[in-house]
Amino acid sequence: MWTTLSSIFPYAIAYTIPLLITALGGLYCERSGVTNLGLEGLMLVGYFASAITIRLLEPTMAMHPTSLLILGLVAGVVAGALFSLLHAFASINLKADQVISGTAINMLAGAITVYLARLISGSGNVRIKMGIIRKNIPVLAKIPIIGPLFFSQTYWTTWVVLIIWALSWMLLYKTSFGLRLRACGEHPSAVESAGVNVHKMRYFGVIMSGALSGLGGAVILITYSGEFHGSVAGLGFLSIAALIFGQWKPLGILGATFFFGSATTIANVSQVIPSLSVVPPVIFKVFPYVATLVALVLFSKKSAAPKASGQPF
Amino acid sequence: MKKKSRRATSSNAFLVAVSAVFLGLIGGAVLMALIGSNPFTGFYYLFRGGLMNIERVGNTLATATTLMLVGLSVAFAFKTGLFNIGASGQMLIGGLCATLVAHKVFLPRPLFLVVLIASALIGGALWGVIPGFLKARFNVHEVVATIMMNWIAYWSIYYFVPAYLKGPSLETESASIAVSQSLRAPWLTKLFNGSYINYGFFIAIAAVIIIRFILDKTTLGFGLKAVGSNRFCAEYAGIKVNRNVIISMMIAGSLAGLAGLSFYTGYSRNMQIGVLPAQGFDGIAVALLGASNPLGVLFSSLFFGVLQSGKGFMNAMTSVPPEIADSIIAVIIYFTATSVLFQRFWDRITRYRRSRHPEQSEEE
Repeated sequence: MWTTLSSIFPYAIAYTIPLLITALGGLYCERSGVTNLGLEGLMLVGYFASAITIRLLEPTMAMHPTSLLILGLVAGVVAGALFSLLHAFASINLKADQVISGTAINMLAGAITVYLARLISGSGNVRIKMGIIRKNIPVLAKIPIIGPLFFSQTYWTTWVVLIIWALSWMLLYKTSFGLRLRACGEHPSAVESAGVNVHKMRYFGVIMSGALSGLGGAVILITYSGEFHGSVAGLGFLSIAALIFGQWKPLGILGATFFFGSATTIANVSQVIPSLSVVPPVIFKVFPYVATLVALVLFSKKSAAPKASGQPF
Repeated sequence: MKKKSRRATSSNAFLVAVSAVFLGLIGGAVLMALIGSNPFTGFYYLFRGGLMNIERVGNTLATATTLMLVGLSVAFAFKTGLFNIGASGQMLIGGLCATLVAHKVFLPRPLFLVVLIASALIGGALWGVIPGFLKARFNVHEVVATIMMNWIAYWSIYYFVPAYLKGPSLETESASIAVSQSLRAPWLTKLFNGSYINYGFFIAIAAVIIIRFILDKTTLGFGLKAVGSNRFCAEYAGIKVNRNVIISMMIAGSLAGLAGLSFYTGYSRNMQIGVLPAQGFDGIAVALLGASNPLGVLFSSLFFGVLQSGKGFMNAMTSVPPEIADSIIAVIIYFTATSVLFQRFWDRITRYRRSRHPEQSEEE
């Protein structure tokens, strides 16, 4: 059992990280008062942009592999942020229906990325030569129990994402800026009367969601995927589920994404591990969505959802 | 405090739709030009691919069938103020039930068709009524609930089809349904020179008429629309809001289930796993462009049907990737979402014209 656990744990973490960073992006957005169903599409845009950047710069060989990967991540972040401006403009300036705008973002991203990817290769798949090499953290990996679980075979992006998560928690809960941002999602007119520009705050929230989702997509590419193939297979929607299941709180989404990431990993490996194959994998795959529905029912009396989320101001 | 965007009134809904389509086509043209193709040639082959002969017209109608039913589903829920983003999942479950019947049930043809249709209807209705119930009873937002239901359907089918309906060759799709057990009809296939058109098209047309009748001529429809325009007012007038929400989602789900029927047992005759059908989202575009009106849905689904069925031919004749059709549809959705822009624009023009020719505007 222990060997099973310690062998699948790094995979569960690798799978959790893109979900975490995307859900965190969603958290910024919803907390500022804009519903964002376009996370799936924004992830896809980041996924695509980093694939294309790395692929185009690879042949030049002028760069250290790691700096190439960093450049890929940056490309994903920038592309996601730029693409999210479409959602920001529609939902903040034009007061459009945010659900429809988010759906349009998903469809647009799904179509345009593959459209452009076909210019590189006929099939629309963009493969990169090398992703991140997993490493054991020098001293920490030697710690019994925790070492093998958390500090061996890790990707450095995992630590980047965790640092961003910690900084976001500080920004949202320990600064006046964070307080204002959260207030924009609860009672925007009160914030406006205190002299804060609600539109600017909401723009910040939406752009953060784009940037972080783009980062999530780029992380998928350079960690476990290694190839852009036109879809992130519902991870953006899974992030939305995690955001709800985590009740719109940073610690909550950390737990929720890890929970969901583990369930998916178990489903993926359960056929090869005898002790897990007694449970049909469909149970693990369906679990996050059912759990989210159950959570919504349980918390329906006192929902923690930002009160003004989805309402134009 | 709530500033709601103004909904399109029927007089300018048409103008908004036309503007959105126009901008969508311009967006498509820009994308074609971006990769160095001539947009005019691209569009020529796109429309030619959808319409050039009787077989292709048949395929266009078959593609439009699914879009029409999904569009009706989304539009019907819109009328009750609900956003059914779960048509994909309802399609999958409806399609799964129908595929099961097609493989396992053997009856005389007319009776078989009734059972086939009923199975898809029930499957879709079940997948729609759950979010409806959660909304009515626990106030769970239907958008979130239907998204979750989509992925539950996606993963259920991912494991169910290989286990119980596996085809002889591929692990990733179900066995092909025999023509005699499908929605295809030999006389229709012959009439349209071997195209994919099937009985689904007549089901879709009938659904348009029935939904129009329900919405415009029945007490049920009146109640549903009343809940959609102002649920508090409806409640005050004695309309059972919760019951209407559940009924609305049930009917929307069954329409999407029929879309699954037309697609999986008529158009493709098998089910692929690992695909959330894109038609579920294209249907949102169909409903929006058709201003949630059954007749509007009919016409907009035909338009999108041409785009979707012509893209393969265009791709074969030019260097434009087939995703151009999906890009155009997505741009159209984006611009219908931001329709406030054109509403302002057209309102201003109308006002300007009225101020110049007051007597003309009387006649309009």
